[in-house]
Amino acid sequence: MKYPFPVGRSDFIQGDEAIARAAILAGCRFYAGYPITPASEIFEAMALYMPLVDGVSIQMEDEIGSIATIIGASWAGAKAMTATSGPGFSLMQENLGYAVMTETPIVVVDVQRGGPSTGQPTLGAQGDVMQSIWGTHGDHSLIVLTPATVQEAFDMTIKAFNLAEKYRTPVVLLTDAEIAHMRERVYTPNPEDIEIIYRKLPANKEEARYPFGDIHGDMIPPMPVFGKGYRTYVTGLTHDEKGRPKTVDAEVHERLIRRIIDKLEKNKEDIVTYETFDLEDAEIAIISYGIVARSAIRAVRLLRREGIKAGLLKLNTIWPFDFDMIGNIAEQVRKIYVPEMNLGQLYHLVREGADGKAEVELIPKIGGEIHTPMDIIERIKRGV
Amino acid sequence: MAIKIYSKYDKVKYLRKEALPTALCPGCGGGTVLNAFANALDELGIDPRDIVVVSGIGCSAWIASPYFLADTLHTTHGRAIAFATGVKVGLPDKKVVVISGDGDLASIGGNHLLHAARRNIDITVILVNNFIYGMTGGQVAPTTPFGAITTTSPYRNIEHPLQISETIAAAGASYVARWTTAHVYQLISSIKKALNVKGFSLVEVISQCPVQFGRRNKMKEPAEMLRWFLKNSVPLAKAKKMPPEELEGKFVIGEFVTRERPEFTEEINKLIEEVAERYGLGDEDAD
Repeated sequence: MKYPFPVGRSDFIQGDEAIARAAILAGCRFYAGYPITPASEIFEAMALYMPLVDGVSIQMEDEIGSIATIIGASWAGAKAMTATSGPGFSLMQENLGYAVMTETPIVVVDVQRGGPSTGQPTLGAQGDVMQSIWGTHGDHSLIVLTPATVQEAFDMTIKAFNLAEKYRTPVVLLTDAEIAHMRERVYTPNPEDIEIIYRKLPANKEEARYPFGDIHGDMIPPMPVFGKGYRTYVTGLTHDEKGRPKTVDAEVHERLIRRIIDKLEKNKEDIVTYETFDLEDAEIAIISYGIVARSAIRAVRLLRREGIKAGLLKLNTIWPFDFDMIGNIAEQVRKIYVPEMNLGQLYHLVREGADGKAEVELIPKIGGEIHTPMDIIERIKRGV
Repeated sequence: MAIKIYSKYDKVKYLRKEALPTALCPGCGGGTVLNAFANALDELGIDPRDIVVVSGIGCSAWIASPYFLADTLHTTHGRAIAFATGVKVGLPDKKVVVISGDGDLASIGGNHLLHAARRNIDITVILVNNFIYGMTGGQVAPTTPFGAITTTSPYRNIEHPLQISETIAAAGASYVARWTTAHVYQLISSIKKALNVKGFSLVEVISQCPVQFGRRNKMKEPAEMLRWFLKNSVPLAKAKKMPPEELEGKFVIGEFVTRERPEFTEEINKLIEEVAERYGLGDEDAD
């Protein structure tokens, strides 16, 4: 099929535009949204492109409706996405938990802006890190990806759909106003060169009887989508393998919730990706993600020039979190720095991973400006 | 034992037997609504595999889920219609039915109800209005009559109830009707019409909750509540000629609107065809 944007070559586009194009290439044919800065351009691109690829883009009455609608569409068999920013993301939390509990593959893009509340609508931030992981109530797990460039926003959108479909889980693409509105060169591969994953469907009626059963031993039940005559029962209440509510049975609850968490925890090797720069012999590690990682790379290069053995771990996935990997780094280095555009969020996870084996220091920055490489370098030099 | 009792019920094939008996209180109107819905489907000859039932939270949501045997989405509080919107757009050939209560659909979910009617998406909503939050213990609802006693208006309700059918008819629905659980045949007939109409349809069913509403408002027997419905029901044609003050505390029943208006999923498909014609990319890559 033909796409309403160039494929097989590079283009100079915004992060928001890149996310919309990637979603369509990943097979997304259902988008629901509500206008919000700085995520509106994703919606506008979807409204423009979707009818051209036989897809649907709907403006809902609010963000609660947007996420509810894409969950409904996912059970109707579609790959579905919504995008928003902090205030809308807060409104989506209840239904994000519903998607976790009902194991519904959806992609939610949170383009972070300064908060809390209406905050700084046009400025980037990393204030939603903990909310993206723990915003919905109850014990749970989901996947959170953090792009640092427009190209990564593109690539990770495709990855987000693949992971959502593979693991039957909601995936949050946690980006920010800087990446959303920045224009960069983005290479769009030919569609045939992109790996696309589709959810596992029941092979037969017998399999369809267990919409929440670990019938293949991989913790991921096939999804008996609606309209096929399966008469699937889906509820946000605690349910057994057949989907029947079992709200006071401790064993059923524990079995369900542990499987939902374990299907991601035990597949960390497949889900968690990261990059390292000069980390092999580093004595000082910077652990960073998202837009700030770009300044961190530059900081490492400049520090190395001055003979300071700095290295970077750039996280592309911040949940599930690889605590063991952080522990290994903590054994190797003297000190870990965590620059974040917040007052300390991922920092707490890193400290837990380091477990006292290395000192962990936060380099916070809020107000809408990204850390400059010098912000990071000066702080590190103070400690050397 | 349960299966034995229910095997005498000729519409039992529409129900999830393992979920029976229902958790509904004795005298609840929910069973009447479930029965009316099953009868409507039966009379229309609709295969339950061709419908998707969506519900929210509360006693009335349980009418649909878990008891009704179809693809069923039991969602979060107030959001059933928004979930149903995604299901309907994804499966436009299926009949999508929302069954839930007044608190769920008209209070916390009121905005979704209003906008689904405005969009005129082909969803049938059966809204069971029992004037109360039953499951949580009888709290005041946006439908509770003025002056009524509830657990959160223990002295009297000082708010005025929302007229749901009138509001949704004004919002643009294709079909709106209101009946009570004492008008079963009219109710079945309206559910049938609602299922067949192309566009958003609402059937509001005034229903008795003797346990949480009746008991605190001098009607602890279900039959007393049904008599209250019959005594105070006013057909729409007659109501139109009555002054508003005389309609205070009455239940206006009948069909509020039946009209043809462009339907949302059809408009989506029309738009896709239109766009393909004007800006079509073709199937083959020209490069």
